[in-house]
Amino acid sequence: MTARTKAGADGGTPTGAGADGGTRTKARADGGTRTEAVPALDTDALIDDPDIRIIVCCGSGGVGKTTTAAALGVRAAERGRKVVVLTIDPARRLAQSMGIDSLDNVPRRVKGIEGEGAGELHAMMLDMKRTFDEIVEAHADAERARAILENPFYQSLSAGFAGTQEYMAMEKLGQLRAREEWDLIVVDTPPSRSALDFLDAPKRLGSFLDGRFIKLLMAPAKMGGRAGMKFLNVGMSMMTGTLGKLLGGQFLRDVQTFVAAMDTMFGGFRTRADATYKLLQAPGTAFLVVATPERDALREAAYFVERLAAEDMPLAGLVLNRVHGSEAARLSAEQALAAAESLGAENLENDGIVDQAAGKAGLREPADSPAAGHAPAPSEAEADRRPVTTEELTAGLLRLHAERMQMVAREQDTRDSFTALHPEVPVTAVAALPGDVHDLSGLRAVGDRLATGSAPAGAV
Amino acid sequence: MSRFQVVSGKGGTGKTTVAAALALALATEGRRTLIVEVEGRQGIAQLFGADSLPYEERRIAVAPGGGEVYALAIDAELALLDYLQMFYKLGGAGRALKKLGAIDFATTIAPGVRDVLLTGKACEAVRRKDRQNRFVYDYVIMDAPPTGRITRFLNVNDEVAGLARIGPIHNQAQAVMRVLKSPETAVHLVTLLEEMPVQETADGIAELRAAELPVGRVIVNMVRPQLLDGDALRTASGGRRKEIAKTLTRAGVTGSAALVRPLVEQAAEHAQRVALEREQRTVLAGLGLPGYELPLLGEGVDRAGLDELAAALREQGAGQGESGRGAGS
Repeated sequence: MTARTKAGADGGTPTGAGADGGTRTKARADGGTRTEAVPALDTDALIDDPDIRIIVCCGSGGVGKTTTAAALGVRAAERGRKVVVLTIDPARRLAQSMGIDSLDNVPRRVKGIEGEGAGELHAMMLDMKRTFDEIVEAHADAERARAILENPFYQSLSAGFAGTQEYMAMEKLGQLRAREEWDLIVVDTPPSRSALDFLDAPKRLGSFLDGRFIKLLMAPAKMGGRAGMKFLNVGMSMMTGTLGKLLGGQFLRDVQTFVAAMDTMFGGFRTRADATYKLLQAPGTAFLVVATPERDALREAAYFVERLAAEDMPLAGLVLNRVHGSEAARLSAEQALAAAESLGAENLENDGIVDQAAGKAGLREPADSPAAGHAPAPSEAEADRRPVTTEELTAGLLRLHAERMQMVAREQDTRDSFTALHPEVPVTAVAALPGDVHDLSGLRAVGDRLATGSAPAGAV
Repeated sequence: MSRFQVVSGKGGTGKTTVAAALALALATEGRRTLIVEVEGRQGIAQLFGADSLPYEERRIAVAPGGGEVYALAIDAELALLDYLQMFYKLGGAGRALKKLGAIDFATTIAPGVRDVLLTGKACEAVRRKDRQNRFVYDYVIMDAPPTGRITRFLNVNDEVAGLARIGPIHNQAQAVMRVLKSPETAVHLVTLLEEMPVQETADGIAELRAAELPVGRVIVNMVRPQLLDGDALRTASGGRRKEIAKTLTRAGVTGSAALVRPLVEQAAEHAQRVALEREQRTVLAGLGLPGYELPLLGEGVDRAGLDELAAALREQGAGQGESGRGAGS
């Protein structure tokens, strides 16, 4: 029944990270079934380990994958490693924070990496079309390359059919690794529909390229139009006929030309896709599943954990972003609200005595005017006219604290349900920052929180 | 109000929840709505506490006032086989195509075909009429791909119409495009009051407009209450900590002296967040679009939460006939 009274037993409730730190003291009412400690994920040990050459950050959209990847990159570089961060589709200002606001598909040195014994940080943004074009140019002679690049089917395919981004991210990862210029590659995964896409990309492309259907499509073009058709049985010609009708004859011809032109490159695609897949399974790779303490994000995270296990991919742990804590945790939400209530009542009694203007000074109702579009909240100057009594102020602090404690409890419940499913997964909790990250110092702050989130109890 | 409501938004902003709440809100007063899911995540079923949705329209909820919400998870492969059946009466040959990998090819590899099938199926539901020549669904709500991909997803028909220059797919693509670019459609973007989602929303709107797709509303989700503002906080940090401690004690809080600092620091973070949210509201106001705001539900979203959000949408005018804040058209 003493569950979760220490940060260490809590799998890394953020400690010592300013006001967001603190320990969780809520004892569970459901008995001591989950008293064992959640293992802590030590991100510093991970990024310091010279045997770790690739860190893959995966997770559902909007959980801070790219920020996590960038923060790990900055921290690893400042701890002495030569790092490249491969981002797929970063928010503009995050990219700018690392000085990569151009989409040129080439790793750029990030300025401002500091500290004694600091290494280097490079960063790049994936340009999937450029990556695809480069593969074509590298593996086909000039004439054939031009034929492919000009093919309308290729142009549409390379600009983004479902899966191109995933495949090209894998391709680029393989290229970066092969260059042996960096001792650590940190990559964030594309904002896929689901976990499947990133892991499946190489296999899916492979099975597509090896597929009977592709061979079928290639046959007529290869053998020169009608002559090839003789080799097709009635069912097959009916099929290409049907597709021809459905998609239009020109479309099918474009596909056939494209497939024929790409023919010589297929083996290369397949081989590299398989090699990258094996690279991901190798001991030098570590997967970090990124989530926020919200039901959907953690459900997706649980799914990732299961998929990685099924594919023999090495999972290092779970990074839980935007976790809230409170240093005033011994005051419960209920106590805080009751105290605020009593102050409110007191305030009403004194209304005639204490000189105050509008009774709501400093306190606002939820979402002032929900339907009023997005008008900014009333200006601060307006509120300046009204003195705030200490009672009102204190009641406000208490309500705010109650809200915080409710959020902390909610997040803990969500985390507990994840832990119940996957008690073996090491976790680091990253305390929520009040604002967005725009620069290296912001990324450093996230890096600090990543590290302290896994600190054992009493380390602060 | 447009009959086809497309709900997109940055990942993590809760677009599936908003789409479901909108479907409920629009189904009041005996109306019938259809919510379609196109990404195979089964998020709708989870929200409504139902079993996984099949490729079949089925009733998933009853709205206040007797309205009905239907749901459909569109499966591209099955939709393609549907079309083949419709146009060519293929029957068993469809299965043969599937075996050869042709269906797989057409729905996952051939660029855009998948998206055409998904939007095509949704548009078919929008236009479908019963024997009395009334629309089967008053509104169709789509839980669409995220902001970063929405323009491409909706506009892919244009592209496919160019690639497949003749044939049923070409015609289908053109027909779908006519619905999507008409006032019958409104594309809503869900955002949070945070910098990245707001920036992505602004970019998404610019892309949609460039593609001549009708932009509906910006829906601000998970709005948290503002309990204390910066002024109150400045007062707090200036020399009143002792008074606050005394007041806490008077309110029955023990050991109040040690609590003042963390409480004031929490308030400082809150004030910082409120200031950032205010900036983001200003950015959103600059987009010049109508909006809805939905509160953060403390306990997470279940069926009761959906009803609460639907009620909030109705209060703000969703489903109140053609008058009020008619979006998009």
